[in-house]
Amino acid sequence: MIAPPGGTDWRRLHPLTPLVRFGRLILAVALITVPYLESSRSPRGKFELFYPVLVWAALIGLGTIGAIVSWAVTRWRIEGADLRIESGFIRRQSVRIPLSRIQAVDIVAPLIARVLGLAEVRVVSAGRGGEHGRLAYLTAQEAPAVRARLLALAHGLSAETPEPPAVPLLHVDNGRLIAGLSMRAHVLVPLAVMVVAIVSAVIAPGPGVAALGSVLTIVVGAGVALVRAFNEDFDFSINEAGDGLRLDRGLLQRRHETIPFGRIQAVRLMQPLLWRPFGWWRLEVDVARQHAPRDGSDQGGGQQARTLVPVAPRAHVLWVLARVFPDAGIAPPAGAEPPARALLKAPLSYHYLAAWYGNRYVYARTGRVQQATVVVPLAKIQSLRLRQGPVQRWLRLATLDVDTAGRRWGASARCRDEAEAQRMLWELTERARLARHAPAPSAMAAAVAPA
Amino acid sequence: MRQATLPTVDTAALRPISPRFWIARQVVLAVVLSPLLGAAIATALLAPSLYALLIPAVVVLSALIWSVERGRYRSWGYAEREDDLIVHRGLLFRRTSVVPYGRMQFIDVTAGPVDRVFGLATVQLHTAAAATDARIPGLLRRDAEQLRDRLASVGEARATGL
Repeated sequence: MIAPPGGTDWRRLHPLTPLVRFGRLILAVALITVPYLESSRSPRGKFELFYPVLVWAALIGLGTIGAIVSWAVTRWRIEGADLRIESGFIRRQSVRIPLSRIQAVDIVAPLIARVLGLAEVRVVSAGRGGEHGRLAYLTAQEAPAVRARLLALAHGLSAETPEPPAVPLLHVDNGRLIAGLSMRAHVLVPLAVMVVAIVSAVIAPGPGVAALGSVLTIVVGAGVALVRAFNEDFDFSINEAGDGLRLDRGLLQRRHETIPFGRIQAVRLMQPLLWRPFGWWRLEVDVARQHAPRDGSDQGGGQQARTLVPVAPRAHVLWVLARVFPDAGIAPPAGAEPPARALLKAPLSYHYLAAWYGNRYVYARTGRVQQATVVVPLAKIQSLRLRQGPVQRWLRLATLDVDTAGRRWGASARCRDEAEAQRMLWELTERARLARHAPAPSAMAAAVAPA
Repeated sequence: MRQATLPTVDTAALRPISPRFWIARQVVLAVVLSPLLGAAIATALLAPSLYALLIPAVVVLSALIWSVERGRYRSWGYAEREDDLIVHRGLLFRRTSVVPYGRMQFIDVTAGPVDRVFGLATVQLHTAAAATDARIPGLLRRDAEQLRDRLASVGEARATGL
């Protein structure tokens, strides 16, 4: 077979793949089976055991064969400008991912895979109907090489280009991480409810104790969410390579994510209420992606924006922001706030509302109890929408929405003065047009310059 | 800046949608509202008393719906500018969308059963942003197809990456 330039021959995944993918399932079946067998043991002897054992053994055997067949029929290659993955025994499936549309390439290693020295390469691509490629599993040595190759081709470089060296930018302190995560509303509210429940149980033991039981499940849920978040973002470090950022994080499951510069659609800088005394902030990025992963292994990962900095002091966050979006200033200038009559339309969030724009970015600050500032590069604007409801018309206000290709948020300039919103709409249309046509001031060039 | 020269949404400068859209809408309204009126008249005849008030009530309601629908029809407008398409709509909730040609990913032309009877079609623009809601209903089929082809060709010429 003639491999096109930059391409490779068909390759299989690592032979231990079935073990990692279906090992958990087999383990679960075994866990159900063994106690069942124990309980079905009767004094009359082993013969009654024969059929249940046969059934369970057959099930496990079928599962194993299925896993092995699924591995055997899966193959992948880099074909010209595409990554192609073929899988499926009965229903053949061939996925073709254009490398030019790659938004990010991640390496994910769940615990079992880490023990066996394996890792998964996950390709996130853009566009409606965009496909996500999963190469699960490759060896831990091969995965970074495949990633480097995919990224090099995605940037239009030669396939043999080595991965650029990464410079550490920021490492998030684990103590601060756990403190920061615990001080968020979805942890503290259940705790507060718990305290109320305990107090009421002491005052009125009868109904109070009953309430305590139901509250306990909420608290346990919050605890699990906290542990999961900590597990995800443990040992978080951000490195900068020439072509993008590299994020390494995770306690049990290690993730190595790449975010190419220029593929970032928007960033959001946010501060939960209780972080304010400490001056901590959180930075998230939005990349273009349309579909959440179909299986549940990446819970919320497809829905949530990527965390760029889970928790850090303002100066650190601003520093990372400056690497991603050079010259982005997030201090609102005078006149960024909406007129005072917007208080009537948005009483809860008025104190945080602000929107402004410069030559390269548009900024919008919103929030009720936690403030969040969204920064969108003008060159990434997809469309603009000016909205005005009846109440807004009465107050001569209007909202301007800035749409991006990201999944999560665009910038929304809420409740501006009518005439000003109108002016913003045309100004931004014009500036976005210029930004699209101007050669983008490369973040790479800024990255090479000394910090 | 040259803010003075920047355009504003002047409803008069936008192209309206086909009057046939309003005819189609009125036919649908008549089909929905006339049984209601019939029922009101029947009730008033069978039980003549206060029920007679149902007839003016239904008439007033119909007139109200009719005028709101007319306002909504009149609010639709679009303009093909040099670099982008503007769509304006809404009576109570007004919206103006600006979609640059270079951002369009694909364009749908759809026609529901009522649209087909009246020879109408809807043109919908899609960008990489899911929130983009530029939709122009009530175009004559031929106009819709021409608009689509024009948009597709300028879109291709100005396409920019993500």
